[in-house]
Order: sequence, then C-alpha cells, then structure tokens
Amino acid sequence: MEGPNDPKPSIKIENGKITEMDSKSVKDFDLIDLYIAKYGIKLENAEKVMAMDSTKIANMLCDPNVPREDIIALTTAMTPAKAEEVISKLNFAEMIMATQKMRPRRTPATQCHVTNIRDNPVQIAADAADAALRGFPEQETTTAVARYAPLNAISLLVGAQTGRPGVISQCSVEEAAELNLGMRGFTGYAETISVYGTDKVFTDGDDTPWSKGFLASCYASRGLKMRFTSGSGSEVMMGYTEGKSMLYLESRCIFITKASGVQGLQNGGVSCIGIPGSVPGGIRSVLGENLLCMMMDLECASANDQAFSHSDMRRTERLLGQFIAGTDYISSGYSSTPNYDNTFAGSNTDGLDYDDYYVMERDLAINGGIHPVTEEEIIKGRNKAAKALQGVFEDLGLPKITDEEVEAATYANTSKDMPERNMVEDMKAAQDLMDRGITAVDVVKALYNHGFKDVAQAVLDLQKQKVCGDFLQTSAIFDENWNVISAVNDANDYRGPGTGYRLQEDKDEWERIKNIPFAIDPQHMEL
Amino acid sequence: MAQVNEELLRSIIRDVIAETQKVDKPISFNDAGQSATATAEAPQETKPGAEAEKHVDWFKHVGVAKQGYSRDEVIVAVAPAFAEVLDHNLTGISHKEILRQVIAGIEEEGLKARVIKVYRTSDVSFCGSEGDHLSGSGIAVAIQSKGTTIIHQKDQEPLSNLELFPQAPVLDGDTYRAIGKNAAQYAKGMSPSPVPTVNDQMARVQYQALSALMHIKETKQVVVGKPAEEIEVNFN
Repeated sequence: MEGPNDPKPSIKIENGKITEMDSKSVKDFDLIDLYIAKYGIKLENAEKVMAMDSTKIANMLCDPNVPREDIIALTTAMTPAKAEEVISKLNFAEMIMATQKMRPRRTPATQCHVTNIRDNPVQIAADAADAALRGFPEQETTTAVARYAPLNAISLLVGAQTGRPGVISQCSVEEAAELNLGMRGFTGYAETISVYGTDKVFTDGDDTPWSKGFLASCYASRGLKMRFTSGSGSEVMMGYTEGKSMLYLESRCIFITKASGVQGLQNGGVSCIGIPGSVPGGIRSVLGENLLCMMMDLECASANDQAFSHSDMRRTERLLGQFIAGTDYISSGYSSTPNYDNTFAGSNTDGLDYDDYYVMERDLAINGGIHPVTEEEIIKGRNKAAKALQGVFEDLGLPKITDEEVEAATYANTSKDMPERNMVEDMKAAQDLMDRGITAVDVVKALYNHGFKDVAQAVLDLQKQKVCGDFLQTSAIFDENWNVISAVNDANDYRGPGTGYRLQEDKDEWERIKNIPFAIDPQHMEL
Repeated sequence: MAQVNEELLRSIIRDVIAETQKVDKPISFNDAGQSATATAEAPQETKPGAEAEKHVDWFKHVGVAKQGYSRDEVIVAVAPAFAEVLDHNLTGISHKEILRQVIAGIEEEGLKARVIKVYRTSDVSFCGSEGDHLSGSGIAVAIQSKGTTIIHQKDQEPLSNLELFPQAPVLDGDTYRAIGKNAAQYAKGMSPSPVPTVNDQMARVQYQALSALMHIKETKQVVVGKPAEEIEVNFN
C-alpha cells in the first residue's frame, strides 16, 4: 500500500482507446497493462472518475447512505493505481463498514478445506458430510500425492452431497488435471486459477492474462462455476515485484479478473499471508484488497485460509475484519479437519476451533457461515457418506473399502485413526479410472445401485445445474433444494441500520447459532 | 529446527521493505524471440542484483549439460543459487548434505545420479521439467536452494509431479535420501509408495518471510536462455 514506486493514477483516452494509464503511455504498456486497458475499464465515465478526489470516493465507500450500485459505477471506471489510492484512504474500521456494504451477496457464507495427509478417500467422504452438515456451501480438497486427485474429487463429491444436497465441491490440483475433473462432473467449481501482478511471474509459470482468460472460458463452457485466485505477497514469494507495493500489484490482479469476465476472486494474502503479515499495516492492506475486489463487483472469497500465527490472538485478529463485516466466503478454506490433516499446509482456523467460532457468532450475533450440529447427526452423516463411497468404489471397480474403514471413518478425528490403505493400488486405480473414461454419471449409477437414491439424485442434480448455468452468476451458492442464492436474487442491499442481512431476521440460522450444544439452561442448573 | 529470534525477524522485515524499494528491470517480450534464435551465445553477464558464484571445490562445473541416453540415470537438477550463492536450506541443512543424501538414495537402488544446475528458472517444477528432459530415464529430482523438492517425469505437465515436497522445513536427511530412492524406483519402472507426507501447519508461520528472501535471492540468479550446466560432485 502506498509504495514509493507505485505509479500515479492517470488516464488518457483517444478515439475510444486508452493511450495512457497510470503514468504510462501505451507504447510502454506491459502485457497486464494492455489486457486491463483493453478489457478491464469502463471508458464512458473514466475521465470523470479519475478526476474525482480519492478521499471523496473513499468516503462514499463507507457511507451507508450511498448505495452500492452508485459506487460500482465509479469503481469499474477506474485504473488500478486509482483503486489502490482510494483504498489507502480508509482505516481498518472504515474498511469493515465498506465491506459490509460492498460484498455482492446479501447473505454471508464461508468455505472449507477437506483433506488428509494420507489422501484417505473414506475419511474425505466422512469429513465432507460432516462439513456440509455444519453449513459450508462450498468445499475444497487437494492432494498429498498428486496422482490421487480423481479419488479425492469423487470422495468429496459423494461425501458433500450425502451431508447436504446443494453443496458444491472442488479439487485444487494442476490446472489441466483440475479442468479434466470438472469436465467429467467430479467437481462443481474451481478456484485455484492464479493470476499475478507482474508479467514476469505470469510468464515464469508459462502463462499470460490471455491464457488464464481462455482457461476461464473453458470452465464457463461446461457450466462450471469458477473464480480466479491472487493475493498480496505472491509476487514477493516468486521473486518478481518490480519494486511495487503489494496492494498495487494485487489491484492489477483484481482488474485482470474483471477484464476476463470472471465472476469472482479468492484474494487476501491467501497462501502468501506470511509476507503481508510481516510488514507494518499488512493485515489492514489485506482487508483492503478484499474490499477492492468487492468494489469491482466481484465475488470475494476472502482468504483466512492459511496458518498465520502461533498466537491465538493474532489469528483471531487476522479473521476479525472479514468476520465482522461478512463476506461472500469469510474464509476460503476453514480447515474442517484438525490442521494435522490439512494438506494446504494448515489453515487459520480448523476443526478444533469450531466451538470457539460458534461462540463468537453467538456472542456478536454474526453469521460467520456455519452453525453447531449435534453429535448424533454428525455420526449419522459421516457413517452414511463412508458407506455411500464404499458402494461407489465397489461399482467402479476401485480398491475395496472395508467395513472396518467405514467404521473408523465414522469416528475418526484425523488420518491417524484410519487403517492403512495400499496407496500404490489406489493411485493405479485412479489412473485406470481416468483411462476408462469414468464420469459423474457412473458415480450416480453406482450410488443408485447401492441404494443411496437420495445421494444419487443430488449428484445428478448438480450435473443438471451445470446445464442450466444459473450458478455461474456472481457469488452463487445453492440451498438444499438447489435454489441458487447469488448477487442477482440475493443482492446486498445494505444501507445502514435496519437494512441488509441481519442474523436475527434469518430466524432458522439464528436459532441454530443460539443453540450451541454446550449451552446450559439455567432452569436445570444444580445450585 | 532453527529458532527465529526477534533480531532475525527485524532483519527480514528490513530486507523485505528494502526489496520493495528496488526496481526490477521490466522484461521485454521482443528479446525472448531473439534469444531463441541466438545459438551458442547464451547470455552470460550477471543481472543487476545477481551475485557472482563462489567457487566451491566439491561442486565443479564441467560444461553444458548434455542429453542423457542411459536408462539407469536419474538427473538431480538444482536451482540457480544452489551451493554457490546460498549453501544451506531453510532449516540449515547444507546443500552438500542434501545432495549427498539424494544421490545416496539413488545409488542404493543401483542407479546413477547426474547433477545439473538449472539457470533458466528458479521454479522447482520447471527445474524438474528441464531436468527430466535431459534424463536418460526421464526422471529428475529438482531441488531449490531453500530445500523445496520435487520428483518429476518427462511426460508430465510442468506443474504436475510424481511427488512434491512443498514444505522444505519438514525435510531432513532421511527424507532427502528416501526421495532419491523413490526417484530411482520410478526410473526402474516401479511404483513405489510415496515418501510419507509430513505436515507442519506452523512451517509457513515460522519460515515464510525467510523463504521469500531466499527465493528472491535465487530468482536474481536466473539467466534467461542459459542452458543447464553439468556438475561433478565430490563428497570426499
């Protein structure tokens, strides 16, 4: 933020084309400038907006009386350096106010990670059902060993739909493999399509803004939801910052996303959080980059997804801004398992924090995206998911899942509680499954054949949703009846007290959050 | 494991701030085309910020790395700052010890290790990809100076892998040896059980800033278009 080498905001438009942007003339544009200038800025208002005082725009951002749509008209006509300048005028509390108004979806939510370090499929299925019951509408897995990817994707799909129909799942792996899993119907969305703020980091990974745009259109063509990923610190981690501030580089990433026509972005330090976290004002800047994403009218999955500090106070501090304001996904990876099993190298909050998190929601009357569930429901859901996956593995000719494994997964805390599987056999079967051309339709049949008709229906319904494509709208999630909840039909209408999302008015969710299982009824207290 | 004390942290913050104030040279896509056509004249001059390589007696350059044809070799591809600019990984294991362990693992399986140093990239996956294309068996192990390691096979996408060890701080001598052993088994056409994943969710918290500084240093050593060099190692 406010880096000494960051360019001064400017724009010149001649014959309907940008000929100067952020103190750089068109002949000096790099790839990213070219891309943003061509696709990322609405030109009609641009000169007027660029001439406005940044402090005034910042003021409008946190003023509840200025409607969200009025601000979007301004922000989408700015350059990256101008957007950075506007954000830098806000203090942390003002950013929270602005975020509350600018997030696209009215109802906040959060996303989880479901992984384990042995890539145990039965455990993934049970953990996915467990997380779905707690209310995560999106679930993300990855692998400890890359070759497991198809099994992890299928296990997550089956487990999540067992827990609650309507949850969508993704498997974060190498981009070509990830797209392949999506096209087969094993996943419902994708998120780890990374964009960067300097050309050198792009090209170092054999990419350009155009190749990412192309990848985005591949997902859209199959009716798969997707968002990009970026985050402060990534250019530092990869060694090419061009001397610019992290927020300026992140601003460019957000504009690349907008320019690509992608509906959303995961940002906020993400896996590079240790870098902004080690400089003064870094965590303020991270909330600022989330806000910048939202003010470009993009879905924002606001990070909080990586281990950040040994200090419980500091990791709560890290979460505070997004938690209080509410974002589309407060965390883009709350570890649903204990961090021991988190193969994203640990998250800021994990399965062992659930009770504290519920109490924070209850204390502050904030919907943090999840709610308590009784132990009986969890055990039932975990067991059903493990059994459903057992049936799928049998029908698809994958290595057997034993009854002992189903039992262990039902009660497992971590993969230490799971019997060993033959990993070599599993990986061979995963490759074979891909070679045989297995798709989600085979998974539906397998579930049906083993009597899991409701889960089969849910996996089939997810595929149907890809055909109609309504969930490609900004900030879309599903309820348990496959109704889309997005920025279109659940648009954020916050205009100050008495407006916008209020937990107490969301009566069912507020009941669930109030009724933490360990609350004591004073009527029954022994005095 | 090394403890990060306050003084070290302060110096890291100072360095990161100093980094953001330096201006890297913007890249031009015009000369990418030229360097592809330029033949033997690979650019040798050091870039701004790059350090001259120290002479290290156990790590000797013996010319440009050649295509291997021997089915029983595994390439060990090290990143640009390895041994000669930096000399130990994130947790302080010396580069010499890392190479010794990986090579020992390969030799325990009866195969030969050939060490090369990559200059075109500091990215561990792309180092692996450059290595496996030179490897007679099509298998390479790539190691960054900070210790991050990958086992890569020729027919894979550059950013895919056979096994990836993304958390350098959890790797010890035994793990590096096991990585060498598994790489050799892949080269023999076997399907070994992957080296067990160790996960330390606090590794990032403790090492990310340090890791960035080491990687920035390594990235400054990148020379666009420079082919990998064959390295003769001597552990005696």
